[in-house]
Amino acid sequence: MAELDYTSIEIMTIAAARRLANGMVCFVGIGMPSAAANLARNIHAPEVVLIYESGTIGAKPSVLPLSIGDGELAETADCLVSVPELFRYWLQAGRVDVGFLGAAQIDKCGNINTTLIGGTYASPQVRLPGAGGASEIATASKEVWIILKQNKRTFVERLDFITSSGHQQGRRLAPRNGDTCNGRRLTRGRGPTIVITDLGVLTPDLATGEFTLSGIHPGVTVEQVRAATGWDLKVSPRLDTTPAPTGAELARLRDLHARTDAAHGSSMAER
Amino acid sequence: MEGFTHLIPFAAGHEIIRQRRRDLTLIRMTPDIIYDQMIGMGCATRLVFSWGGNPGVGSLHRFRDAIQNSWPIPLELEEHSHADMAARYQAGASGLPFAVLRGYVGSDIPKYNRSISSVACPFTGEVLTATRALTPDVAIIHAQKADRRGNVLIQGIPGIQKEAVLASKQAIVTVEEIVDQLDAPINACVLPSWVVTYVSEVPGGAHPSYAHGYYHRDNAFCKAWDGISRDREVFLQWMREHILKTEDFAAFRRSLAQGTMVSNG
Repeated sequence: MAELDYTSIEIMTIAAARRLANGMVCFVGIGMPSAAANLARNIHAPEVVLIYESGTIGAKPSVLPLSIGDGELAETADCLVSVPELFRYWLQAGRVDVGFLGAAQIDKCGNINTTLIGGTYASPQVRLPGAGGASEIATASKEVWIILKQNKRTFVERLDFITSSGHQQGRRLAPRNGDTCNGRRLTRGRGPTIVITDLGVLTPDLATGEFTLSGIHPGVTVEQVRAATGWDLKVSPRLDTTPAPTGAELARLRDLHARTDAAHGSSMAER
Repeated sequence: MEGFTHLIPFAAGHEIIRQRRRDLTLIRMTPDIIYDQMIGMGCATRLVFSWGGNPGVGSLHRFRDAIQNSWPIPLELEEHSHADMAARYQAGASGLPFAVLRGYVGSDIPKYNRSISSVACPFTGEVLTATRALTPDVAIIHAQKADRRGNVLIQGIPGIQKEAVLASKQAIVTVEEIVDQLDAPINACVLPSWVVTYVSEVPGGAHPSYAHGYYHRDNAFCKAWDGISRDREVFLQWMREHILKTEDFAAFRRSLAQGTMVSNG
């Protein structure tokens, strides 16, 4: 294959950013979701509405925040709301188009584990941070996008713990938009609709909820993706190849990271 | 103690460590560095929380060591999600016994937590999450200003502090400054003096988190904490040097500035 002048993390971030349309309301997790969402805002989606769980709605940071509550998010937000207001009026009421999450582990139905690995709940081998906002973001957003690096430790046959629900196998868990309960419209969304990784893109089979490989990044082989997946990965008969990053996309992404590193490397609080 | 990435009451947490308080139930949506320090120093036997990490950096090593290895003492967990914790504080602040939310669909979390149950809506029949109200003995928060009567002004990201204060039996507020006139903008988040038990002036008291309008988050310290806290002995040495051997938060800040810390700038 031709020599690549971008990293697998860069194409993952760019592939995710391209999907975010101008004007979408996106509840952003910290880390890779935040990088992709801000890249989109810097390129083709200046009007995308970024919501961080600290209560900053419509944040427009010039550098990537280190935490979900960095001061610049507050200064650039359209409005600031309290945490209960954010989760009630803005998330659970169904005002979020895309819940954009990272994960420590996922399974083939897009269930997410960010709680523990190995051992028991009371005595885990590795304790992870827990749910944060994700368990409700995953079910209350109109759809959920998941971004994470793909390997046999992250893409597993069986999760040690389901923190945030995807499409649980054998039953359609999340009602579709428009489903009703005793005549009332439910606001729960469609669950995870895409998983974007450093190797490719997975989308769910609508009948079973199982994620199948529907796209690969340039230079990646199907065998490579299957070898990095802990279940018997199904491959779409119409497999797309992600268009390579453009020079402009790479330049914007690298500029964003360079400015971010410069901003977070120095101590600002000591006076 | 509350503060959602902003206005985190570090100075108060350090003083709890200096006074060697024990057997505490610590409650916080986002236990981060200050709870890592308190847990590592053995202050807590129980933690009620919804996300335990060093935001933007990674793991909380003392939190993990306590859960995985019971070091320095075992730590019992009561775990929720953010939407749930926020609702529990609201119920506590409202004097209600529980809160309702559409939560935890398909999640394993309720299997391990008896404070999370369900209730059928009497009007639609929809089954919703019911979660027990949170009513702490004491809330500790940090804010920008108080006036001499004890009215408190919070600016910037409001977080969950107002709900935490109103849900708790007593409330302690550390502030950047005590002023003659609060000059609160209309619609500002003000806690009136009669819901505040004590006010204490501690300039910089939220460092390494931040106080909007006063100083920025010390992201370099938050990154450095990963290295300090990773090893038990390095952690203990740092805590002795900078917390236990200093008499108050101002002395801690001087000690940090004189040290070899990244935070020295």
